[in-house]
Amino acid sequence: MALLEIQGVTRRFGDFTAVDNVSLAIEAGEFFTLLGPSGCGKTTLLRMIAGFDLPDAGRIVLDGEDLKDRPPEARPVRTVFQSYALFPHMTVEGNVAFPLQMAKTPSSEIPAKIAAALEDVRLQGFGKRYPHELSGGQKQRVAIARALVTHPTMLLLDEPLAALDAKLREEMQVELINMQKDVGITFVYVTHDQTEALALSHRIAVMNKGRVEQVDEPSKIYGFPKSVFVADFIGHCNLFSGHVAGNTNGVVTVDARGLGPVRVLAQSKLASGGAGTIALRPEMIRIQAHAPSDTPDNHYRGTVAELLYMGDVTVYRVATAGGTRVEALLANSQTGRAKFFEVGDLVEMSWPVDAGHFIEE
Amino acid sequence: MRNRRPWLWTAALVAYAFLYVPLIIVVVYSFNNSRLNAEWVGFTLDWYRQLFSDADMLAAAVNSLIIGLTASVVSTILGTMAGVAMYRHKTRLLPILVLTPIAIPEILMGVSLLIFFVLVSFTLGLVSVALAHITFCIGFVAIVVRARLAGMDESLTEAARDCGATPWNAFRYVTLPLIMPGVIAGALMAFTLSIDDFVITFFTAGAGTVTLPLAIYSMIKIAVTPEVNAVSTLLMLLTLVLIVVASRLSPNLFRSD
Amino acid sequence: MPARASTRLGKWSVVGPPLAYLLVFFAAPTLIMVLASFRTPGEFGGLAPLLDESGKPDLNVESYVRFFTETVYAQVFLKSVGYALITTVSCLVLAYPLASLIARSPKKYRDLLLLLVILPFWSNFLIRVYAWMIILGPNAALARLVNGALAPFGVDPVPLLFSSFAVLVCLVYVHLPFMVLPLYANLEKHDQALLDAAQDLGANRWQRFWRITFPLSLPGVYAGAALVFIPALGIFAIPDILGGPNDTMIGNLIKQQFLETRDWPFGSVLSIVLTVSALALAGLAAWIARRSGGGGGPVRA
Repeated sequence: MALLEIQGVTRRFGDFTAVDNVSLAIEAGEFFTLLGPSGCGKTTLLRMIAGFDLPDAGRIVLDGEDLKDRPPEARPVRTVFQSYALFPHMTVEGNVAFPLQMAKTPSSEIPAKIAAALEDVRLQGFGKRYPHELSGGQKQRVAIARALVTHPTMLLLDEPLAALDAKLREEMQVELINMQKDVGITFVYVTHDQTEALALSHRIAVMNKGRVEQVDEPSKIYGFPKSVFVADFIGHCNLFSGHVAGNTNGVVTVDARGLGPVRVLAQSKLASGGAGTIALRPEMIRIQAHAPSDTPDNHYRGTVAELLYMGDVTVYRVATAGGTRVEALLANSQTGRAKFFEVGDLVEMSWPVDAGHFIEE
Repeated sequence: MRNRRPWLWTAALVAYAFLYVPLIIVVVYSFNNSRLNAEWVGFTLDWYRQLFSDADMLAAAVNSLIIGLTASVVSTILGTMAGVAMYRHKTRLLPILVLTPIAIPEILMGVSLLIFFVLVSFTLGLVSVALAHITFCIGFVAIVVRARLAGMDESLTEAARDCGATPWNAFRYVTLPLIMPGVIAGALMAFTLSIDDFVITFFTAGAGTVTLPLAIYSMIKIAVTPEVNAVSTLLMLLTLVLIVVASRLSPNLFRSD
Repeated sequence: MPARASTRLGKWSVVGPPLAYLLVFFAAPTLIMVLASFRTPGEFGGLAPLLDESGKPDLNVESYVRFFTETVYAQVFLKSVGYALITTVSCLVLAYPLASLIARSPKKYRDLLLLLVILPFWSNFLIRVYAWMIILGPNAALARLVNGALAPFGVDPVPLLFSSFAVLVCLVYVHLPFMVLPLYANLEKHDQALLDAAQDLGANRWQRFWRITFPLSLPGVYAGAALVFIPALGIFAIPDILGGPNDTMIGNLIKQQFLETRDWPFGSVLSIVLTVSALALAGLAAWIARRSGGGGGPVRA
């Protein structure tokens, strides 16, 4: 049985439905991320798990128990807030001791537990400092120490790294992964940053407008998006929409608008005439100056209309005869060359049938 | 980068002088060896001596202190509750009841409370005055507390609850310590307002009860001696100290008007 | 749901006590006063019994009729309005330079300067009135100066005390801080860049003030005007102590009715007229402030 079950939870604010009939099952010990753009309902859902808000419909069940009658202070979940929410009038020790005091831990045991918690977040010796004397990353770690000190069943993290600069954020991401592995507590993580979600999570739930679009491991979310929204939200993606023109042995030919026939592997039950979208990641396209010497499943010619030099890769946007711009990229792995093509170059793009993923309408 | 505008500075200085000269005159004449507040004769502390041996005046001072302390304590408690209520919860009636006493002319409250007390056969005296003072002090405390809460990070209360604190514990260990300077400033303000109040006290004190302002009033109307100056000076000194302390505790005390 | 019920309990535990207190000691007395205005005065003062001999409830509009028909009351009311208006305008004229100065001062001095404005307000009200008794007294320097200057022209000594002049000076004195604070709050937010731009476009000092600074400060002006006008309208102690027989304001009348004549219904009528006027004006000020403030339209050409 899953550790946390969210069953048909809905939350409305007047006319606006923030969370729409969401059902999820989160397993013990996993790093589970709620990913989506602002306003998709992920934070609202998190707050309902924490107890700061109550669902209008549905149940939230933790360890077999419906949480609806439990106020936040009685739930065995701890939250790490985006703003850290450290008590400014208490020292680091005071902050970390607070949950222990609220749980009526005997005062003789408290100092040891505080020391252990600070050690876990590598902040030994910072006990006597006040929050305003700490850097962003240090405050973050104190918040985590405070949340973990009573060994809660689950840790909820609300975009905890959003306020940190890029370098620090990367470091903290690695620390979070290691911490979660060491401590073994279930993490429910909220973010709008899809790279972060892909890097940190065991599983991701992609949310949009209050609904869950897909729940899967990161690689499956990336490689096999179940909806156009997911394909588009995660990373960069070419989206070729059109109708199914034919279906032979699991290889479907889609008449993509503005491009032409595209062949892709799909579940065999697709009938002709059905509508859908092919999601094709730029890195899966082979882009060359001359025509391919083999017979690729898909082959298109075009002119480089734009290019974006990103340092490690260069993204090429190629204009095709049909009008669609196809995005492809190449790693800048040859020293001395920043890019392989220039704007205006004629290029040949090709990819196999299993490079793309067909999303039915 | 200061624009030197002589006329602006002059006008402003005139305004400051206008504000302070009358008060300075009162203080100066309290040391004047003359019955008349007309011209300086010589330095004396006689008026202060007379003040401290004036039994009626001392009784009035004691009354004012008792009422002031009571009104301050009760209105601080109720006013803090009201401030928290107005900030955290959606109420429509409470803000109106809390803020209107401050907005309307004082005489209206004095008069309506007079009718009220007489109709319910409540004897006018120290208690009626204290009850009246609490009524208008609540608003001041509530405003200060609410402003202080607005400056506080809301997520701190949630974090406290998340850490296992009941709503009361969250208030006691997190919210209250953080708004305490505002609460104390409000209490000092309430005390000052109560000590200094004239109009409402005038209507609700009844025949036998005299507070300092009422005593000053009868002295002004009946027989003016520089004893009035002496008591005024002492009262001003007390107020000065209280308000300076209050403004140190709650730096934007007077900004959020 | 039970959890929501506990937040409701939390809400009522903070809302309840102050609400209860204010309902009893503010709302109820106000309602009683409104009711009292419809009753007849008692034989020995106060109110007549609620039910008369025949069991009929005592309700009438006699006191209101009296207020609206006997012109003397309207005169007093209008005089009060007049005094309050003069006070407001005078306060505005005095407060504006002061507020401007504080707003332009370096940040570290502003709090101190503001405190200096507010401190006199916190001294006892009566002391401030008494101070003017001293200054305007017949033997004081000011009176002797004025009369000394007028004597050669054969003018009789003018009593400065117990006159409209005394009342007005003291009214301004007592209410000045209330005009300074909202004005300052508004002026502090003015962007110096606007004035620089105007100067760049050719506006001189007066034009910059009149076409830019003043219109932008109007919300502060209206707030200050409301904070001065409304209390000034209901004042009674100042005319009582410093005024002459012609300086009776509506506040004095109210005091008279309640403590001397003991005609409570009529006193209540006067109070209600005062309250309604005060609230109407406050509402008007708020409405005007909302319309002209908050962004405002283009400065009129």
